[in-house]
Amino acid sequence: MSTVTSIDQPRYKVRFRDPQIEMAHGAGGKASRRLIEGLFLPLLCEASPEPLSDAAHVRINGASIAITTDSFVVKPLRFPGGSIGELAVNGTVNDLAVSGARAEVLVTTFVLEAGLPSSVLEEEVRAMADTARQAGVTIVGGDTKVVEHGKADRMYISTCGVGSPIAGLHLSAGAVRPGDKILLSGPIGDHGITILLARGELDLEANLRSDTRSVLPLVEALASAVGGSIRWMRDPTRGGVATSLNELTRDCGLGVVLREESIPLRDEVRGACELLGLDPLHIANEGQFLAVVSPECANAALESLRATPGGHEARIIGEIRKQPAGAVLVVTSYGGSRIVDMLVGDPLPRIC
Amino acid sequence: MKYVDEFREPALITRTVEEIKRLADTQRQYRIMEVCGGHTHAIYRFGLKDVLPSNIELIHGPGCPVCVLPMGRIDDGLSMAEDPSVIFAAFGDMMRVPGTHGSPLEHKARGMDIRIVYSPTDALKLAAKNPDRHVMFFAIGFETTAPSTALTLMRAKAEGIRNFSVFCNHVTIIPAIRAILDSPDMRIDAFIGPGHVSTVIGCRPYEWIARSERKPIAVSGFEPLDILQGIVMLLRQLRDGESKVENQYKRVVPWEGNRAALRVMAEVFQLRPYFEWRGMGFISQSALRINDQFAAWDAEHRFHIPGVRVTDPKAAQCGEVLKGVLKPAQCKLFATECTPERPVGALMVSSEGSCAAYFNYEHRKASTLTNISVPA
Amino acid sequence: MCLAIPGKVVELFHDERPTALVDVVGVKRRIDLGLLQDDLPEPGDWVLIHVGFAMSRISEGDALDQLEMLTMLGEQDAAMAEVRGLGMTEPDERGSP
Repeated sequence: MSTVTSIDQPRYKVRFRDPQIEMAHGAGGKASRRLIEGLFLPLLCEASPEPLSDAAHVRINGASIAITTDSFVVKPLRFPGGSIGELAVNGTVNDLAVSGARAEVLVTTFVLEAGLPSSVLEEEVRAMADTARQAGVTIVGGDTKVVEHGKADRMYISTCGVGSPIAGLHLSAGAVRPGDKILLSGPIGDHGITILLARGELDLEANLRSDTRSVLPLVEALASAVGGSIRWMRDPTRGGVATSLNELTRDCGLGVVLREESIPLRDEVRGACELLGLDPLHIANEGQFLAVVSPECANAALESLRATPGGHEARIIGEIRKQPAGAVLVVTSYGGSRIVDMLVGDPLPRIC
Repeated sequence: MKYVDEFREPALITRTVEEIKRLADTQRQYRIMEVCGGHTHAIYRFGLKDVLPSNIELIHGPGCPVCVLPMGRIDDGLSMAEDPSVIFAAFGDMMRVPGTHGSPLEHKARGMDIRIVYSPTDALKLAAKNPDRHVMFFAIGFETTAPSTALTLMRAKAEGIRNFSVFCNHVTIIPAIRAILDSPDMRIDAFIGPGHVSTVIGCRPYEWIARSERKPIAVSGFEPLDILQGIVMLLRQLRDGESKVENQYKRVVPWEGNRAALRVMAEVFQLRPYFEWRGMGFISQSALRINDQFAAWDAEHRFHIPGVRVTDPKAAQCGEVLKGVLKPAQCKLFATECTPERPVGALMVSSEGSCAAYFNYEHRKASTLTNISVPA
Repeated sequence: MCLAIPGKVVELFHDERPTALVDVVGVKRRIDLGLLQDDLPEPGDWVLIHVGFAMSRISEGDALDQLEMLTMLGEQDAAMAEVRGLGMTEPDERGSP
């Protein structure tokens, strides 16, 4: 947990050298990280540099709170399994959950494109209200701006969530040790592939839905089962499991080794990925999370997830090792292996 | 997945690897080239180098159609799309290839209408749906992909869809293999032949490699068992002093190829007298152009293109890596100035280019790992 | 070159161009059969798909033959080992088909 410190700390120099902002800077991969670490952190964060996490835990007048924010830009706005409104609520609830906090209140801002039918806006606001109710969180305020036709891709939503820390959790990349096990709450790739297909450009049909949901109930189940033995958690959104685990290896200086056949994957996601030449480990998820736990508690942790509604597909997918330091390795059952790196931008279909 | 999972079966893979170890003469160093970029990608993706004995070296060949495309051609394609009435359509593979002023994706971010398509017919559909725009399809690929482009052009003509054109950058595989074998600093013992190209051209076109060059060649599929079985076939031939063309990928590759595909190619394309291959220079009769019957759909006729030759930085050793003379890590720019994020040379651009494949899947592994055991 | 995936033909269409609805573990796409005009597949057949075109029909017989050949690799070796163990053959008789 970081304390809000005085302004005596030396300011860090801006190290971001890219001449202009490109799409890659928003994709959640290497370029995004460069922007955050090279420009935002040095100028905005005067506290001692801690590894980046999904939410900040701070003390204000003796009260411990967690706070996070996220923005949602998605095309199309509605897709099988959800819509931008649901993502906007669940995304922030999940960021707080994996940082070890229970979301209590949300505020939200809308940037709306002039010409957007009001019915579309109403549908999204209803979706947000329903999702907030389901997630047990209250929306207490917001702001709206309207921009000219042609900007804002119909609607951008951002949410800021405030929550209370879940007792017994002490999460940090620094707590991770060789031998720790890595758990994944369920099948990957559902959201990203659903969005890709919903855009209609690839003419593929599949019975797939976005996995958007609050992972808080699963996190709470895990916390009550094995609390103090959870070292680190993250929700693998844009950039997928590969990006989240690569960030972990960079933050803790250790390595991740995953067992390929343990990674839960729906057939249709696999089929779409094989057809398009994509790696499921790079595809976005909106209803899953990763947890690193001590090896003694791994089985109990897994059982607690499996016993919770929505957690029945949880698996142990790998472990932390000393090597390959700073990298993620995927091993096949016949002993072959490959490094899985963060992508630069979004994953693109290929034919070669 | 049927016809996929059976060929990734771990017990069979282990057994085939044991056969390879039995066959490989420990006193000998084997240099086997896989021609096709798809094989390069598969080898890395399935971690096959980890299971092969160390005296079998896999050399990556030039069969990566994105890698061998000269930067000038990308500039030409993008110049056509500067007209706001033009929609630039291409496979995802092309999107990050850098032109002199940025990649197609970067041009898209600046406002150019650039779309990813999965099939050339999707590009034609785009044209039919947008009669007031012109759709220009940037066609790339070897003989695997060329027939699909050809058929699409025939459809465009038959259906009278005039707001459609193709910028043809199809190349052919045999001249590339010939260039490898003609290269003085080359030493290849045997070839893993390109399985999907062969579904179109069949196995006959490789007979000269076996007969005149006396190198074994096994036309192989892309699953781990296919590649490994191909290696078994090659090792057996080398052991027995044979050199012939074998078809490992029988379930899909007909020895005589696909006559219908060859027919449509002949109807639409003809060979260019020569074409520049990035990193390899000009190779004669190695690329296709759209013939006069389809001139109205040929982007090189419809548009005026700059046609400027852009030379690669001298420090980039793409040619040598493409021909298998150097390994990716041996190029001076590898992982320093030339990375997948900021590619300098051709081979770092495509995900199946040997430098990109090595960088993405392998390179941090090499120095740090000894034994990789599967986690419990 | 070249990503190509096996898919199962679910339904055929005979409009201006021959196409088929093909299924790849639940993902479906309309695939052009123009390159298989000389040997059109039937529903239930498997084809190799590349850029939205069927390139070739997949032969189940050849696939099974290949798998059997590979399965026999180990068995040949076991048989050879047994034979060697009985002192009946030279130890360098390795892996012959």
